[in-house]
Amino acid sequence: MSEPRYSIGIDLGTTHCALAYVDITASEGEQTLCAVLDIPQLTDPGTVEPSALLPSFLYLPHADELTEGDLDLPWSTAQDYAVGEFARSRGALTPIRLVSSAKSWLCHAGVDRRAAILPHDAPPEVARVSPLEASTRYLEHLRQAWDDAHPDAPFAEQDITVTIPASFDPAARELTLDAARAAGYSALTLLEEPQAALYSWIQSSAGRWRKDVQPGDIILVVDVGGGTSDFSLIAVLEREGNLELHRVAVGDHILLGGDNMDLALAHGVARKLAADGKALDPWQMRALTYACRVAKENLLTDTGLEVQPIVVPSRGSKLIGGSLRTELTQAEVRSTILEGFFPEVEASVRPSTRTRGGLTQLGLPYAQDAGVTRHLAALLGRQVGATAELEGFAGQVDANASFLHPTAVLFNGGVFKSDVLAQRTLDTLNRWLEAEEAEPARMLAGADLDLAVARGAAYYGYVRRGQGVRIRGGTARAYYVAIESSMPAVPGMEPPVQALCVAPFGMEEGTEADLQMQEFGLVVGAPVHLRFFGSSVRRQDQIGTLLDFWQPDEVQELGEIHATLPAEGRQPGEIVQVRLRATATETGTLELTAMAMDGDEHWKVEFDLRSQD
Amino acid sequence: MTLSTHPPHVHPPKPPAPSFLRRLSMAFRVFFRILVYPDYAAQVDGLRFGADLPPPLTAAPPAPAPTPAPAVNYNDAALQLLALLQRDARLIDFTQENLTRYSDADIGGAARVVHEGCCKVLREHFTIVPVRQEAEGSRIVLNDGFDARAIRLTGNVVGKAPFLGSLSHRGWRAIEVRLPKFAENHDVTVLAQAEVEL
Repeated sequence: MSEPRYSIGIDLGTTHCALAYVDITASEGEQTLCAVLDIPQLTDPGTVEPSALLPSFLYLPHADELTEGDLDLPWSTAQDYAVGEFARSRGALTPIRLVSSAKSWLCHAGVDRRAAILPHDAPPEVARVSPLEASTRYLEHLRQAWDDAHPDAPFAEQDITVTIPASFDPAARELTLDAARAAGYSALTLLEEPQAALYSWIQSSAGRWRKDVQPGDIILVVDVGGGTSDFSLIAVLEREGNLELHRVAVGDHILLGGDNMDLALAHGVARKLAADGKALDPWQMRALTYACRVAKENLLTDTGLEVQPIVVPSRGSKLIGGSLRTELTQAEVRSTILEGFFPEVEASVRPSTRTRGGLTQLGLPYAQDAGVTRHLAALLGRQVGATAELEGFAGQVDANASFLHPTAVLFNGGVFKSDVLAQRTLDTLNRWLEAEEAEPARMLAGADLDLAVARGAAYYGYVRRGQGVRIRGGTARAYYVAIESSMPAVPGMEPPVQALCVAPFGMEEGTEADLQMQEFGLVVGAPVHLRFFGSSVRRQDQIGTLLDFWQPDEVQELGEIHATLPAEGRQPGEIVQVRLRATATETGTLELTAMAMDGDEHWKVEFDLRSQD
Repeated sequence: MTLSTHPPHVHPPKPPAPSFLRRLSMAFRVFFRILVYPDYAAQVDGLRFGADLPPPLTAAPPAPAPTPAPAVNYNDAALQLLALLQRDARLIDFTQENLTRYSDADIGGAARVVHEGCCKVLREHFTIVPVRQEAEGSRIVLNDGFDARAIRLTGNVVGKAPFLGSLSHRGWRAIEVRLPKFAENHDVTVLAQAEVEL
């Protein structure tokens, strides 16, 4: 393969995808040429328009719904589905044929993510697709859009970076990789979205970022997109006279984003309309949600505005006679958005979690607490010791601090187009800091909220080639497998479980760790299942560390892993002694391998993607 | 001027005729180039004695044969724009209704939908810039050879250029048109599909 000309960054978002690229040959040092691809997509039947964003929606039309050629794209006439803007707008009217939030399903450990389960409320005659397949189709569309626009620089020969939430577990990372491979991506790296946002900030500063941060800074990246909230903490340190960036912690996966906020407002307004006896159909509800988003942005931008009119257009052709008029007030926006999603809470609060009832609906595990600031408090509290052992930070950490003290904040995601929300988050954080007599954090300005992740990913592909600064940090969790301890069984009690560390925190890309002391006996031909755990705080555990006891918020169960030894050349039922090897791949995934003690044989240990029940 | 779609095209405006000073400097440049470059002189010779259409001065490649793109059909483009204005701004619905039955408040509510939608269509499908950058009301001078297609003189129109006047409207010029591409058998006469809920 020839040297790639472009480094392509792909933001595979919950609600939108975007593609940005850096022209490697035209860039030098920290002066880079970065652009965003306009993605041709269906906007109506038989109508193709380009847009910088590709809505992450997939529509599976009925055979009689469209005529021939209605789904044609500049590069394909054989497609029987639609992705992008048309999928979103048509799907809003026919939700039983719409796949949305495929990415949230991709990291939902409670379902089989390779099984055709979406749309999950579709009637039997709709041919469903798997979360993996839906993601593959978005990625494929992006690849084809690129090839259509750059026939001289084929996608397959460029350097590709795809972004994922920092909170994605190893299974979700591997699924994203599988989706990309199925979409025809070859040279591929995964990058965490908050890191991409910071890379974009660095790229757009063209070198000036070195003046905006100092050694000792802890940058908090707050990324609230359409469907998810994602936090990361990145420390700035100096080594041999150079500034280095270390990602020291990431937050949990929180399904909570801008769409929830617009929907919350729309439901409030719909209740007002219902009180007047005006009911809304789903079409009008969608129009109302859109109108609320616009009105919300106006009200939050200009706090002097008391009220914004809202018009829900009629569905029929009588626009004036059939439209519903109402209004959204400043007070409603403030109580719903500011107090509902960004409450001014204390640093000690934690998000509420309701224990789920016996009957849980098969659906996405949305955040149960809508307070972004509460989730943030939980992260900072949990990560209070994140920099304790970092070079140059030892003296700085206040032993009495109840949470980790960030010194700078970078906001990302469309939600923060409303400055008020960024300011509220920053003010809340600064009150926490003030209470512990720490310096207030400052805002890092100049981010492109919608496209930063794609741009940052493109820039990352460029710095990986040796130009510019890289964020280090390795894996953001330590990983464990469960070992049943050999205690006498007590009737009525599950045998206690010990957690054995198989991959320590902070494994750098391209390194591997062998678990020496513990051997596992694998039965040939019979799959062995092991419970799998992760911890985002246990930095000190080495490979082989055995935990007898841990706090519930320290270690989370991530599902199962399993290994099956093929029967070739062995007796079924024979037991083979194996060791586990963890590899942090260059691509950005974690791989577990079972290595035979006698001989060179090894087998991949799979992350179990089956449903838990 | 860039065009990102095939049909329909907006034809670039013909550049305004150069001013006298500019023509003078061009004459000197061409004079010396004819003396120094024989090839150039041959081209100018062809220009002087050639057909009634002036060939390009620079050695441009022959105009590429137009790709077999569908002929520019302005009817299609007009219908396409109407469909966009209906989709995003409900313009046809709005204009087909009889206003006498409604109060100004009702009409105002609908007008918001139309206004917002029209803005979106203009923003997404055209790049529109003022013809003149000066503030309205300011005094401006129009030199000889100004582009009368882009600037309309009104009032006391007498005498010769340069004209001095006050800018009452800055004018608008479309510098880019981005209409969607259509599938081959797309029926552009359907401005909005009828909807049937099952």
